[in-house]
Amino acid sequence: MSAAVIVAPKSVSPTWQRFRDAFRRHPTAIIGGAVLLLMILIAVFAPWLGTIDPQAVSPIRRLKPPSAEFWFGSDMLGRDVYSRVIYGARVSLVVGLVVAVLSILIGLTLGLVTGYIRWLDAIMMRIMDGLMSIPPVLLAIALMALTKASIENVIVAITLAEVPRVVRLVRSLVLTLREEPYVEAAIAAGTSLPRILVRHILPNTVAPLLVQGTYVCASAMITEAILSFIGAGTPPNIPSWGNIMAEARSLFQIAGYLLLFPGICLSLTVLAVNMLGDGMRDALDPRLARRM
Amino acid sequence: MKKLVRAVAGLVMGGLIAATLLPGMAVAQQKVLKFIPQADLRILDPIATTAYITRNHGYMVYDTLFAMDAKFQVKPQMVDKWDVSKDGLTYTFTLRDGLKFHDGQPVRSADCIASIERWAKRDALGQKLAEATDAWSAVNDKTFRLKLKKPFPLTLEGLAKPSSNVPFIMPERIAKTDAFKNIDDATGSGPFKFVKAEWVPGNKVVYVKNTDYVPRKEAPSWASGGKVVKVDRVEWIYIPDSATAAAALNAGEADWWEQMPPDLIPLLAKNKEITVKNIDPLGSMGMIRFNFLYPPFNNEKMRQALLYAVNQQDYVIGIAGDPKNGKPCYSYFTCGTPLASEIGAEPLKGKRDFDKARQLIKEAGYKGEKIVIINATDQPIVHSQSLLTLDMLKKLGLNAEIQSGDWGTLITRRAVREPLDKGGWSIFHTWLVGPDMVNPGVNFPIRGTGDKAWFGWPTDARMEQLREAWFNAKDPAEAKKAADAVQRRAFEFVPIIPTGQFILPTAFRSNISGVIIAPIALLWNVEKK
Amino acid sequence: MAVVAFVVFLLLYLTPGDPAAILAGDAATVDDIRRIREKLGLDQPFVIRFGEWVWALLRGDLGTSIFTNLPVTHLIAQRIEPTVALTVCTLLVAVLVAVPLGVIAAAKAGTWIDRSVMGFTVLGFSLPVFVLAYILIMVFSIELDWLPVQGYRPISEGLWEWLRHLILPSIALGTVYMALIARITRASMLDVLAQDYIRTAQAKGLAPGAVLVGHALKNAAVPIVTIIGIGIALLIGGAIVTETVFAIPGIGRLTVDAILRRDYPIIQGVILIFSGAYVLINLAVDLSYMFFDPRIRY
Repeated sequence: MSAAVIVAPKSVSPTWQRFRDAFRRHPTAIIGGAVLLLMILIAVFAPWLGTIDPQAVSPIRRLKPPSAEFWFGSDMLGRDVYSRVIYGARVSLVVGLVVAVLSILIGLTLGLVTGYIRWLDAIMMRIMDGLMSIPPVLLAIALMALTKASIENVIVAITLAEVPRVVRLVRSLVLTLREEPYVEAAIAAGTSLPRILVRHILPNTVAPLLVQGTYVCASAMITEAILSFIGAGTPPNIPSWGNIMAEARSLFQIAGYLLLFPGICLSLTVLAVNMLGDGMRDALDPRLARRM
Repeated sequence: MKKLVRAVAGLVMGGLIAATLLPGMAVAQQKVLKFIPQADLRILDPIATTAYITRNHGYMVYDTLFAMDAKFQVKPQMVDKWDVSKDGLTYTFTLRDGLKFHDGQPVRSADCIASIERWAKRDALGQKLAEATDAWSAVNDKTFRLKLKKPFPLTLEGLAKPSSNVPFIMPERIAKTDAFKNIDDATGSGPFKFVKAEWVPGNKVVYVKNTDYVPRKEAPSWASGGKVVKVDRVEWIYIPDSATAAAALNAGEADWWEQMPPDLIPLLAKNKEITVKNIDPLGSMGMIRFNFLYPPFNNEKMRQALLYAVNQQDYVIGIAGDPKNGKPCYSYFTCGTPLASEIGAEPLKGKRDFDKARQLIKEAGYKGEKIVIINATDQPIVHSQSLLTLDMLKKLGLNAEIQSGDWGTLITRRAVREPLDKGGWSIFHTWLVGPDMVNPGVNFPIRGTGDKAWFGWPTDARMEQLREAWFNAKDPAEAKKAADAVQRRAFEFVPIIPTGQFILPTAFRSNISGVIIAPIALLWNVEKK
Repeated sequence: MAVVAFVVFLLLYLTPGDPAAILAGDAATVDDIRRIREKLGLDQPFVIRFGEWVWALLRGDLGTSIFTNLPVTHLIAQRIEPTVALTVCTLLVAVLVAVPLGVIAAAKAGTWIDRSVMGFTVLGFSLPVFVLAYILIMVFSIELDWLPVQGYRPISEGLWEWLRHLILPSIALGTVYMALIARITRASMLDVLAQDYIRTAQAKGLAPGAVLVGHALKNAAVPIVTIIGIGIALLIGGAIVTETVFAIPGIGRLTVDAILRRDYPIIQGVILIFSGAYVLINLAVDLSYMFFDPRIRY
């Protein structure tokens, strides 16, 4: 996967120079980013990657192990697993990324405000507790049932479940940060609240939130798989890594490849996201970067 | 708020203590049969629901007046002798000696009458019998009489009905319960007693041998003959995940797995201690059901068109995996039973003809109306069929869409009689066990009684006439002819499209013997070493 | 929690899925279903049903399951022990393994130790619980035959029997949690280790171990404890899957079964229990902030 990164061009251009420096300092971030980018490209160009209709069934040719015809084998209805995995990248990535961005944005806003305004804090935290105490699975099933099984609903359900976690984290950071001398000094100097939040508190939440963001992204992809396992996930006619594995789960000893390929893709992507997060964290935290 | 927290905490602690104190039951000396059932037993009332797992529970704890044997003959079970008057209008039944309910009370005529009357309020065949019935009366405690308004040749077949709903005999006090209310007292007179204290819904059902039960002398054949219990205790252990169930059987944590996905056979085949077998002679029938109220499937031609496109081979493999576990069945009656035939089946049986199908669709004047297939992903048999049908409809150029949920959503949604934009549907799939489709009487999907018909609500007066003719048939030859006419009509009207017959194998360990070959898992006669 | 109760009731009320249809079985007609629904009182308007439920709740009655006709309190009591045992074991395993791992990784940041710990956590994240569970069953139950495949034994049947059945489920369920705690521990420790007072402590010549645990870990504890508290819901979500795979008769399975069948009284009861447990645990977490960071006041 990282081959694209390592190939060295003949003439060293200034851009390449900068890139190589960045790579040397934060190799994990670059590798992670490259793998993620590759996955995104695969997702975008799925129709042009030698795939056939991922929904086309052919029961006669069911459960065929990987071969020249079926690169990743065929499933219990004779669908081409390679095509399903390639198309599945779309669902898993969209779910992971959208949930991460949405829940960080919403969670950050709510967390900053509630961590700072005490009277709001009590109310908001009770609401968040309430939301968190309902298992995400139930929330998801209810949402699916209210409308119908769709990717949008999977995203909404997982986001709803993730937001309170982000809020709690941001709030606990704010609780600590607002006792810091420079914040107390700013308050004493009469700096306005929005300014304190944006200037002093917000920058300090970036690093932990990046770690949290990568976790949310990864966890959203896994949650999607778990929802599929219980039958409340992405509708099964739209392949996602999660539901390909879930559909094949009882066959794990018979046709392991059904789980292997989507599993590898999922793990690889999660790994990439985490590496990217770790790398960015190191890059963004100068104190730590100096130490390493 | 605080109080509530404390109350809940108290409840949690209380529950914890209660659960810990539940007796661990020393059962080491007993012969315990550990059985993995096909589904979780939730409902104890075999009259209130047609769920097969509840029917199987019924066979454990209840007994029946008559029972059908492997040759489709009606045999007496609780009844000792019976008598039919010359005009066929009066039946007199006498119970055999020694029948006792689990609470120690003898089985009386009044118990039987109340049980049959409750059954007749819910069961389709029972309702037919009720229409023909003048009155039931008790002659004495052991003899009772049925007076009919008109002859009903299927009276005994009804009382011996092998599958849901089975006319099980309950004590009168329980059988008096409203037929639409779910009973919770499983006192019967059958070969096993239900142990309610040990029932953990979703996990475990416990039965003990009914030592007071007096079995008949005949050898068992389906649910007829002697129900001799050869173990002390039966535990149904429900394992929701089939891979785990296979592992549990492999590891000897269970003795018998009622129904297994054929794809997992290779896992068990390696183990010499395990026998995988098809003990169900009739199997099950898959089907496509239409909504007859709205376009496009309110048009006969549209339904006929699909007959030319459905490839049963595909469905059988899709459902049963290996072709060994199923076969095409081009009949509206369970293949392998007397009334099954291929009369009128040419459109479904011949070479698959998509051009002919497209032509019929054109003749039907299809204007691109949306078709919604409702699917249940937690039921593999429904799920596979739904995906296959979707693929077929798309190949025919129809505007089809699949909407997935769980089984609970599907069976709620299929009861919606509104058009698509108000939550309606066009197609759903399900399956029925063989005994539920053996004749025009029990086969409810073919009924054409409009509002009163099964989900989809077809209206077909002609079919109802033909069914009536079958009910009134005087002898087997006439009945066969009437059934043929029903089938011919069914292939014109297409109330459902059969998608094939499949058999889910059973698997048991070598320490188990005496498993009865029947379309229902019956647990008497089974020995454990 | 009153809010939760109301929201849950409303949500269930709006959720399609009719227990009467499920109760009736495959062969029922629309008319049958209507009559069953009347018998169950499901045709009553929302306000009356909610009112009746709350009134019963105030008397400690959570209602009766629509399908089994058993009291909900009885059904929940049957299943509390396995779930409590599973979550406590998982929690213990996860915290005992994860916190030291995170601390060591942070102390040795950038070395191969750090990288392998991080590698392990990423792996933990990347495997869905059910895949991990199957792998564990395959290796430890089927190939090696060390541990049982499925089931649960109450602790009253002996400590070892009880523990044996919990080992695999706890590992399967605990891995994600372990990864999460280890990551947060490491991240939080790195933050703290970069602070001036740590450098001061190090400069003073305190033993590295004492600095790590006494100064750094204590100061890094707030996010760690937060994540442990937050993770409880994650645990419960994972418990549903774990209980399904290992056929453990716990609350998680009860909930899924009840949802799939629309057995409303059970769902409502279980969610109240979940919320109660959740509120209690997070109350403990909030209180522990004061212990770890005296500057936080309530």
